[in-house]
Amino acid sequence: MKKITQLLVAAMLLFLANSCKKDDSASTEEIKFSAPSNLPAPTYDFSKNEVTQAGFALGRRLFYDPIFSRDSTISCGDCHISYSAFSHVDHVTSHGIDGLLGKRNAPAVQNMAWRTSFFWDGGVPNLDLVPLNAIQNPVEMDESPAKVVQKLNRHAEYRALFKKAFPEQDTVSGATMLKALSQFMVMLVSADSRYDKFVRGETGGTLSTDEIAGLNLFKQKCATCHSTDLFTDQSFRNNGILDDFSNDSGRNLVSTFPDDIGKFAVPSLRNVEKTPPYMHTGKFKTLESVLDHYASGVKDSPTLDPLLKQNGQPGIALTGTEKQQIIAFLKTLTDENFLRDARFQKP
Amino acid sequence: MKKLIFGFFALAILVTVFTNCKKDEADDLSGTGSVTLEFDNRAGDAALAFGTNYTNAAGETVKFSTFNYFVSNFVFVKTDGTEYVVPKDSCYFLCKHEDADSREITISGIPAGDYEEIRFIIGVDSAKSVSDIAQRTGVLDPAAGAAGMYWAWNSGYIFVKVEGTSPQAPLNTMTGENTIEYHTGLFGGKDTPTLNNIKSVEIHSHDEAAKVRRDKEAPQFHIFVDILEMFTSPTNISVAANPTSHAGAFSKTVAENYADMFKLDHVHNHE
Repeated sequence: MKKITQLLVAAMLLFLANSCKKDDSASTEEIKFSAPSNLPAPTYDFSKNEVTQAGFALGRRLFYDPIFSRDSTISCGDCHISYSAFSHVDHVTSHGIDGLLGKRNAPAVQNMAWRTSFFWDGGVPNLDLVPLNAIQNPVEMDESPAKVVQKLNRHAEYRALFKKAFPEQDTVSGATMLKALSQFMVMLVSADSRYDKFVRGETGGTLSTDEIAGLNLFKQKCATCHSTDLFTDQSFRNNGILDDFSNDSGRNLVSTFPDDIGKFAVPSLRNVEKTPPYMHTGKFKTLESVLDHYASGVKDSPTLDPLLKQNGQPGIALTGTEKQQIIAFLKTLTDENFLRDARFQKP
Repeated sequence: MKKLIFGFFALAILVTVFTNCKKDEADDLSGTGSVTLEFDNRAGDAALAFGTNYTNAAGETVKFSTFNYFVSNFVFVKTDGTEYVVPKDSCYFLCKHEDADSREITISGIPAGDYEEIRFIIGVDSAKSVSDIAQRTGVLDPAAGAAGMYWAWNSGYIFVKVEGTSPQAPLNTMTGENTIEYHTGLFGGKDTPTLNNIKSVEIHSHDEAAKVRRDKEAPQFHIFVDILEMFTSPTNISVAANPTSHAGAFSKTVAENYADMFKLDHVHNHE
């Protein structure tokens, strides 16, 4: 009996030791960007910024560091939270510096390497330039990028980390600061949901009858805009949330063209279950209310998307069952491996 | 005898002239030289001074506190029509009124010759506006030299920035003053188009060509930049009606107006 106990203890110890080892190897696991087979070719130019272990680690640290804000209170990670696909769950608009509220719902940060433009109005065409917007926005971080670069250069530990990530540069520059952040953000790839496994024919990729019915409905009624396995065509459209855009005219603010009034970027639907509230205004708290909007709440205005105004009637015809089936399908896009990936959380 | 002496003198003069010409030509047109451009800011007939009252075309009183502009993509044209395009890595300049050095720019590496025309753009071209961040150094670095001349929310450079006050402008609750503010940019967008406010400038010197010579002091194009042109031709801008303009539709009017604010005063050859 004693022997058995000893054996058990030994076995447990061995198991623990192995687990520890496994954890260790996981944390030093090579960081390498790879595109999942069911997604199109990435748009980010990796030839100008190859992802390295040191660059990713630095970007991750920066992402969670409030050094970017004027009074060192707000970090990127404060409004872009990992378990909600790096969006600000339950916040209609986010509170930034001095408790000031933003104008629009904080978008998710996922699959950034595939995007052709960023933000609800597409005002930024390149991932490397994205952080400049949040840093300078008076209701987000309210700081000048030049000052952040100064702060980083004064910080001995950061100087060493930058040297490690960008050995050819002796001091921190705006370019290396932004490229480090990009190295972290391009790694935030979500393509391991049950739906992904289903389309790739992998183990665990089974969908229920309702989910399949939802997928087929989605293809008929939603996939023109929420297209490809990115679930967005990355265009700008007016989806009838409002009929008066005098407070926020969306893409028109960037382009100045009257045809762009009320148009906003079509968001991806990956992890949509985990990213409420919805729309640029954060108007809807549930997926049910989103589907109700498309079925019966679409407001007409001169720039309303023509796809939402077929047969002269605003909206998309959907029965109660159809809505439930589409929602069941949308929930198969939840990617727990991504949401819980320890590599992406606060170091 | 007289004839002989005269003939001798004539020959001597001819020889001197001929050899001089030969010598000049040999020096003149080999290698490269430099050109300086002096941007001399004006308000109508007067030299621009911040804090001084001027009258715009709409008859309003305006006073300025900021006048910055990007000029880039220079092309120099010789009297025979051949062109020299300044390489991309050295063709971007940010001129600020309060910094006189920034308004006197020197461009070197120009093939020797006589130049009578310059072309450039007001602003930053679209290719540079969407280029890799690591390629944007100096005045183009949004985290350094371009601070205050870059829109982070609508990625791109502010081409021309004019700020000041006017008693005819409404009280601005943010600044507590009768602010006038015209920040003009927009390069046309990357994948999805936006308004394009890039303006081209052509400057001709009809009287005197700039003589660019190797090892000689750089000739200077002295260029007047009239801030009041921004308020007129083709459209009079009233500061009472339009006290501010940023990245909106009205910026088209502002840019069309300032497109002709650069005019050649004279070319100065150092001889």
